[in-house]
Amino acid sequence: MGLTETLAGLTGPILAALDPFCGPAGIFRWLAGGTLMACGDDGWGDEVGAGFLVTLTLAVATLPVGLMLGFFIALAKQSEAATLRLAANIYTTIFRGLPELLTIFMIYFGLQIGIRQLVAALGFETSFEINTFFAGMIALALVFSAYASEVLTSAFKAIPKGQYEAGNALGLRGGKTMRFIILPQLVRIALPGLGNLWMILIKDTALISVIGLGDILRQTGIAARVTKEAFMFYGLACLMFLALAIVSSWGFSWLEQRSRRSEAAR
Amino acid sequence: MSYSHELIAPSPPPKALLVSWNRASIVGTILMGVWILGGILLVTFLFDAWDIDKIRLYGPKYISGLGVTLSLVAISISIGAALSLPIAYGRMSKNRVISWLAYGYVYFFRGTPLIAQLFLIYYGFGTFRPQLEAIGLWGVFRDAWNCALFAFTLNTAAYQAEILRGAVESVPKGQHEGAAALGLSKFQTFRKIILPQAMIVALRPYGNEIILMIKGSAIVAIVTVFDLMGETRRAFSRTFDFQTYVWAAIFYLAIVELLRNVWAVLEDRLTRHLKR
Repeated sequence: MGLTETLAGLTGPILAALDPFCGPAGIFRWLAGGTLMACGDDGWGDEVGAGFLVTLTLAVATLPVGLMLGFFIALAKQSEAATLRLAANIYTTIFRGLPELLTIFMIYFGLQIGIRQLVAALGFETSFEINTFFAGMIALALVFSAYASEVLTSAFKAIPKGQYEAGNALGLRGGKTMRFIILPQLVRIALPGLGNLWMILIKDTALISVIGLGDILRQTGIAARVTKEAFMFYGLACLMFLALAIVSSWGFSWLEQRSRRSEAAR
Repeated sequence: MSYSHELIAPSPPPKALLVSWNRASIVGTILMGVWILGGILLVTFLFDAWDIDKIRLYGPKYISGLGVTLSLVAISISIGAALSLPIAYGRMSKNRVISWLAYGYVYFFRGTPLIAQLFLIYYGFGTFRPQLEAIGLWGVFRDAWNCALFAFTLNTAAYQAEILRGAVESVPKGQHEGAAALGLSKFQTFRKIILPQAMIVALRPYGNEIILMIKGSAIVAIVTVFDLMGETRRAFSRTFDFQTYVWAAIFYLAIVELLRNVWAVLEDRLTRHLKR
């Protein structure tokens, strides 16, 4: 529970003011007073809002890890070393082939059993339980990176070899060529694909509710069970995911326009 | 007239590049070592955990679970394919109302998680029990399998409609004009000219959609359908043996890889007239 609570403690005061559900300008506060969706102890508004925050935090925390991992796997896939290519391809085959739910269960139970056995082998006794947020983050990052590496590999292929040679001719080292010449072009080409992956990532976070993380789906599920208003609360969950998708698609179209601003002038 | 009597000796072939150990190959070898070690550990784990009683007890259940998964996917993909036709048509319609309705449908089912849709139907429809009983549909929606089939069909219809629309729109306008010039009716044009070309484009996305559905169908285990994942969860909750999950992973990987390769062969065969 440590990580989620620390994050919540650090960002709490700022988020409380900006809270779109129960904050000073929250929709539940103004529109759902007196109903089941009210904030505080009378309704489920704040619980569901907290779930929304957990979903968003999980997706945002997974993104950089998955992107970094995916980037290095994409590099490995176009390496000259056959062993490195093969190792990267095995990775993507596994994590693109397994159902996300199974990956999550395997990471959650597998890590737990593995660590317990390791500790037992060292001669201690624990009833160690892995943090669901952490386990979910690892599982989602593995899946995300496998897909991201495919997107980035095809983006790498779209960059002509001459760009590397030009970097070389200017006397830039490999790392600098990558940073100043290849990466800026890579981002432009890969953005639409990465945008799709981000949407998929948001939807996949809903699966973590199954191992007990209090995200949108779990919080609305609890509310549904208690109030017997399942359709309303699961409908609300769908609308929240839909809102995330809509805002993300705005964000990505803005990013894409921005990344193409050098071309737009012409 | 003089000429050289001696020919210049042919230069020796360039030296074969020595396979040198650079950073990439070292990292690659280490990583392959990790994979191989992981594979060996997995095999020894499965060997150690081999228990003929468990295999006798749960093996047939896994097979039946696999059957449930495959039939769920096959049925929902086929009904979804039929349903995707009017939706794709609506998306391309010039009528604002129809195209917005179709767009809303597609956006909803592609923008929300499949698991939330499944919960909305399986748990949510319970709210409307009196109404459903009145029209005699309660029996249908009480059953988890039917709900899963319903949710998956609606979901895949949205995705397939987008695949279809993209494919049909990828056929150049000249094809329509050519068909019109030949005096073909709209329906004939669609069936004989547009669809065959669109299907080639749509082949790969359709394959991906089937794979996504097979993977996505694992979530029905949560609403008590005993598909491959459901049987796995049941076996794990009874034995607390991690090998149950490993076997499920092997099964899923095998189906997905098989399908992927079959699809690649199929695509290769169907597009052989396009190769130069």
